[in-house]
Amino acid sequence: MRRVARAWVLAVAAAAAAGTAVAQSKGAATAAAPSAQTVKIAYLDPLSGPFAAVGQNILKHFQVAAEIVTARQLAGAGIKFEIVPFDSKGSPQEALTLLRAIADQGIHYVAQGQGSHVAIPLSEAIARNNERSPRQSIVLLNYAAIDPDLTNSKCNFWHFSFDANTEMKMEALTDYMRGRTEIKNVYLLNQNYSHGQQTARFAKELLARKRPDVKIVGEDLVPLGQVRDFSPYIAKIRASGADTVITGNWGTDLQLFVRAARDAGLTANIYTYYAGVVGTPTAMGAAGADRVRQVSYWHPNIENNPAEPIYVDFKKRFNEEWTVLASYNSLAILAEAIRRAGSAEPLKVAHTMSGMKMNGLMGEIEMRATDHQLQQPLYISTFTKAGGLVKYDAEKTGFGFRTEKVIPTYVASTPTSCNMQRPAKP
Amino acid sequence: MNLELFLVQLLNGVSYGLLLFMLAAGLTLIFSMMGVLNFAHTSFYMVGAYLAYQLSVWIGFWPALVLAPLLVGVLGALVEQWGLRRVHKWGHVPELLFTFGLSYIVFELVQVTWGRAPVPYEVPSGLDGPVGWLQAAGITFPLYRLFMMGVAVLMLGALWLLLRRTRIGLVIQAALTHPEMVEALGHNVPRVFMLVFGAGCALAGLAGVIGGNAFVTEPGMAGAVGAIVFVVIVFGGLGSLTGAFIASLLLGLVDAFGKTSSGSLAGLLTQAGFELTPQTFGYQVLAMTVAQVAPVLPYLLLVLILILRPRGLMGTREN
Repeated sequence: MRRVARAWVLAVAAAAAAGTAVAQSKGAATAAAPSAQTVKIAYLDPLSGPFAAVGQNILKHFQVAAEIVTARQLAGAGIKFEIVPFDSKGSPQEALTLLRAIADQGIHYVAQGQGSHVAIPLSEAIARNNERSPRQSIVLLNYAAIDPDLTNSKCNFWHFSFDANTEMKMEALTDYMRGRTEIKNVYLLNQNYSHGQQTARFAKELLARKRPDVKIVGEDLVPLGQVRDFSPYIAKIRASGADTVITGNWGTDLQLFVRAARDAGLTANIYTYYAGVVGTPTAMGAAGADRVRQVSYWHPNIENNPAEPIYVDFKKRFNEEWTVLASYNSLAILAEAIRRAGSAEPLKVAHTMSGMKMNGLMGEIEMRATDHQLQQPLYISTFTKAGGLVKYDAEKTGFGFRTEKVIPTYVASTPTSCNMQRPAKP
Repeated sequence: MNLELFLVQLLNGVSYGLLLFMLAAGLTLIFSMMGVLNFAHTSFYMVGAYLAYQLSVWIGFWPALVLAPLLVGVLGALVEQWGLRRVHKWGHVPELLFTFGLSYIVFELVQVTWGRAPVPYEVPSGLDGPVGWLQAAGITFPLYRLFMMGVAVLMLGALWLLLRRTRIGLVIQAALTHPEMVEALGHNVPRVFMLVFGAGCALAGLAGVIGGNAFVTEPGMAGAVGAIVFVVIVFGGLGSLTGAFIASLLLGLVDAFGKTSSGSLAGLLTQAGFELTPQTFGYQVLAMTVAQVAPVLPYLLLVLILILRPRGLMGTREN
């Protein structure tokens, strides 16, 4: 009974949030609607080990999104979305082994996002698999792996990216920094793997273009998840005279860095990608206040925020933060494509998704056909004391995110070198 | 590198080294006593941090500073009495496996109790901020790290006095080398073992209490320091407290200065008169700065010492 009530609440909340799609789905129900069926989506990300906290939290995101899609019949009448969790342990090898199991179970949709080091081999393995056994074709819904290679040199037809990639986020960040005259000396601190290196590279490239007067006074690449004591780096940053730090770090690498910065009295502002990820606001606490900025496609305190009811309900239900809008977007786009294609057959759905435009929760979104990179607006926000515009604090810290600037879709959009091989339409 | 930065890094290195020593002291003590490498040692470090967090929420940081290590010590003693002692008769390998399994169980229990995400364990407000008199000298150094150093030095002194100047220390040292004789003299050697194990765990717990808020208290914290602590005790010589002390300070300094050094082999060779270009064979390796390889340096040192001096700096055992 409680489950039913909960699904009902969710349905109402989501309906109130974005009303437009309902009218469309009525029209489509008459078109060749697939009969009552269940679309399974494999969630392939770490559910145990050091990155489990994030993995478990996002799994709940997807389960909630699937409930909404099912309750609102976004994919068509009687079509149910179901999330099947697989524990990749954050390892590419484990993920590829599980991909076999996923294909064998007849699941055609995989949601993965934690780590480009997993996403790249996974995307390649999926392309190979689909070529060899078209009947077991798999579509990859990448909700968070943001190495630009995924939609450039290593792009493929079966991969769809719902987060904004490193380059787009840096484009947005530097667009904001262009107007900040207090920024003079920038220090780059990133993790030593694909995403961190790309962040450093694009920061240098884009700053040189938009703010040639800004000096890069230092750069460090830290090993992923191994540094406990960041204070030597902080001392180095202080000595360099930097007033701004740009970091793509996430997880403990960001948490420890921010805390060490506060302890050592570093006054530089810290521009981040991942300050809002589960656990990070707690670990930062007051240490991050007013000096940590974030670039993201969503945060709870965006004005006129149609995703707010989902956030509130999620918080009430799990006592955790709902931040990964891409979990909802990916399933909503998948549902819309299934509805438009009138079939859940992966090849048809992938062709429909490619180039599809729709009204997303936060406005018009487009799955760009050339590289399968979702085009969406981005937000620059500051971690600051709750109150006023900061309606919701993050993880009961008393601090939350406040929008500094909205970066419209066309600004954050970047060109692609993707030369996509498209299988013939069925 | 200017003097100011040098001094800050020196302090950073020493304070990190002392924290490592607090962890390594208990581990090496237990090893020298019982011949067991306690794989669950850093789990006790983690439990110390979590208990300190919980206690500081309930009764404040200062009581937690005393209570949490004591609780961890009691926990350690119980583990020795009801777990380790029972597998002791089967030899060292089962003991090793026991502690290995224990570390997994503790990991899961901590996650079940406090969740997978970090907990908001903060530095107490009295110890927040930089050190005033150092600030006046132009050096910004967190007060809490100074406190950390103080606690570690106090602990080192107390430990040394206990082992060298008291009767208990005498019995412990005797039980190390001649357990049968000590037993024949009427001392309860198993109980001594239990006390040492408990005390070792309490030291790890203490390190957790003061390390947990200096860094971040989360379930991955045990695994993150696990490897480096083993490097410390192997480098210092298994079972040697002095060796562990020297090794932890050394590794702390290597950590601090390594991370900030921009020197590279290529730079060295160029100074020596070689001409290097990006086309030179192996240029990418040669051009890697010390800062980039800093995280590997401890393990490099470990390999070197195992080749050159297998018993470690101050170790006495050859095997």
